[in-house]
Amino acid sequence: MTPSDHDTTRPAAARAVASFEICHTQYLDAEGAVLHPLPAFAREPKSLIPLYRRMVLARVFDAKCISLQRTGQLGTYSSGLGQEATMATIGHTMQPEDVLLPSYRETAAQLARGVRMTEILLYWGGDERGSNFAVPTRDFPVCVPVATHALHAVGVAYAMQYRAEPRVAVCVHGDGATSKGDFYEAMNIAGVRQLPVVFVVSNNQWAISTPRRAQSAAATLAQKAIAAGIDGEQVDGNDAIAMRDCMERALTKARTGGGPHLIEALTYRLGDHTTVDDAKRYRDEGEVEAAWQREPVRRLRQFLAREAGWTDDDEARLQTECAAQVEQAVAEYRAVPPQPPEAMFDYLFATLPIRLRAQREEVLQRGRHHD
Amino acid sequence: MTELTLVEAVTRALAWEMNADPAVIVLGEDVGLNGGVFRATAGLQERFGTQRVIDTPLAETLIAGMSVGMAAEHLKPVAEIQFMGFIYPTIDHILSHAGRLRTRTRGRLTCPMVLRAAFGGGIHAPEHHSESTEALFAHIPGIRVVIPSSPARAYGLLLAAIRDPDPVVFLEPKRLYRMLKQPVADDGEALPLDVCFVLREGTDLTLVSWGAMIVETLAAADRLAAEGISAEVIDVATIAPLDIDSILESVARTGRCVIVHEAARNNGVGAEIAAELADKGLLSLLAPVARVTGYDTIMPLYQLENDYLPDTARIVAAARQTLEVT
Repeated sequence: MTPSDHDTTRPAAARAVASFEICHTQYLDAEGAVLHPLPAFAREPKSLIPLYRRMVLARVFDAKCISLQRTGQLGTYSSGLGQEATMATIGHTMQPEDVLLPSYRETAAQLARGVRMTEILLYWGGDERGSNFAVPTRDFPVCVPVATHALHAVGVAYAMQYRAEPRVAVCVHGDGATSKGDFYEAMNIAGVRQLPVVFVVSNNQWAISTPRRAQSAAATLAQKAIAAGIDGEQVDGNDAIAMRDCMERALTKARTGGGPHLIEALTYRLGDHTTVDDAKRYRDEGEVEAAWQREPVRRLRQFLAREAGWTDDDEARLQTECAAQVEQAVAEYRAVPPQPPEAMFDYLFATLPIRLRAQREEVLQRGRHHD
Repeated sequence: MTELTLVEAVTRALAWEMNADPAVIVLGEDVGLNGGVFRATAGLQERFGTQRVIDTPLAETLIAGMSVGMAAEHLKPVAEIQFMGFIYPTIDHILSHAGRLRTRTRGRLTCPMVLRAAFGGGIHAPEHHSESTEALFAHIPGIRVVIPSSPARAYGLLLAAIRDPDPVVFLEPKRLYRMLKQPVADDGEALPLDVCFVLREGTDLTLVSWGAMIVETLAAADRLAAEGISAEVIDVATIAPLDIDSILESVARTGRCVIVHEAARNNGVGAEIAAELADKGLLSLLAPVARVTGYDTIMPLYQLENDYLPDTARIVAAARQTLEVT
């Protein structure tokens, strides 16, 4: 049976009691040309250079992480290639006292928050100390079980609201996460309690091998917010100006008591799901090639070249600087002495229970494991 | 000193700590105006307001996950799950986050939350309302599992659980909620976590139990005493991390041990205690360790629940059998 087999005529007794629309925002086309009058912050195009620098650093660092993994110097790593505008903008627009709750493809957002590259390398290199950020001290570590951190975000936002602090919790996850109950439950209470939380769905079109169309029949993921009674909107997540415009509006609204907000950022996962994935098995190469034409770093660079006098020399200098920063971080990462094996006991509880002391002692006596 | 039921003792402990510490927030389904389905939070919303006693949407995953976020951001959430049968959606957050947050951030973020739930059978409740699955939680690293067995211990252990800097699953034996009253000093004094309570001293054998089964276990000790047998009764109270040293010390004196729990036997907490006795107390054992437990079946609907639940006669029989080994 197809939908057309059903009588969809509205009975005379029925009337519409709810309706909605979802807006999409885009300022730059794929070549970085301006489509609409720019928001105030972008009217001085040079003001976008700091954000561009964050995006380039994230891309250079991402490539390094992949090569470190390929050479056995890093564990499994999930690349954020192609999502730099969405992610860097999130970190760039948040205030230091806000709280970011990232999932595992949000490295660029973490860097923009001030998490050190050495810490990120430690985390993906299998060392818990990588999540003990020097700053930002309240940010959550990477969340691996998909969408679970949406609920942590509403708890964090509740604490902020309870203490009447002008802070915002920002939860970032992918399109796949919008299929999970945790995501709905979080938006639901965020609406009921008008919590200061911003959910960013980084819709990169793929959840490992599952395409966006297989996640949901909804026309947009942003409209999932409507059912929870909160605002949702869609933005071109590869357009740094549009992304910044949406983030700043959502953050200000949440910070000033206006309640929660959902942003669906349309972007594309240009890389594999992780370094142990091969997207060629399930994804058409033509689609990826087309997506490269819309990628965010080149787009903002072309805007800056046209509007802010960004030159090839500027670009070359930036690339050199970023490479040097990354090399410095890698050197620091390599120099970090390993954790003693008994560390696995030392942060389990505030005080190690008696019950666990013998096991800790056993590990201490055995010393570090050598293959 | 006021005489309180176990559920009233829970309410008093919550009220004491909410009054003492503005970071303590109660949340759950129907905990506000309704005071909870068992009235454990009765009067708290009236006294402390809707910001501190939150009626949540009907979503258990939310209750646990939101508590993790609140706790990480310096609140002390005390979440209620109405019945243990509805606790399973919370396990992802307890296992994947609450128990791990301190470890994975090397102490930068912590999770001082309490997840309360009514558990166990014996009140002729509907399906999914009578299970005892504490072993599921006892297996999870980084959390405590605490079970009171009297009004006084409910009061003191709940205060300790709320004040503890790490996550605690606090399971309340609902058969005992209104079974008995006991004088409880509402003085804000916590009892220690991570230790057993010796409820009755004895020399001939050690009965080890927790939760509602403490009632039958103490009754069994009375019956054995009438036969001239002196049974020591230990309430484990904190089943994780287990205070095995107190149990070993007792069994070293008595040489015999019967473990009593309402939960299914297979991979239950009793199995861990028995294994530890075999490992560290074998030479003091005069008889095999016996277990009196629920069966490895689905908890039956209430017509058969008393056939499932251990009773005093089964405990006495197991004790006698243990004493017959020479």
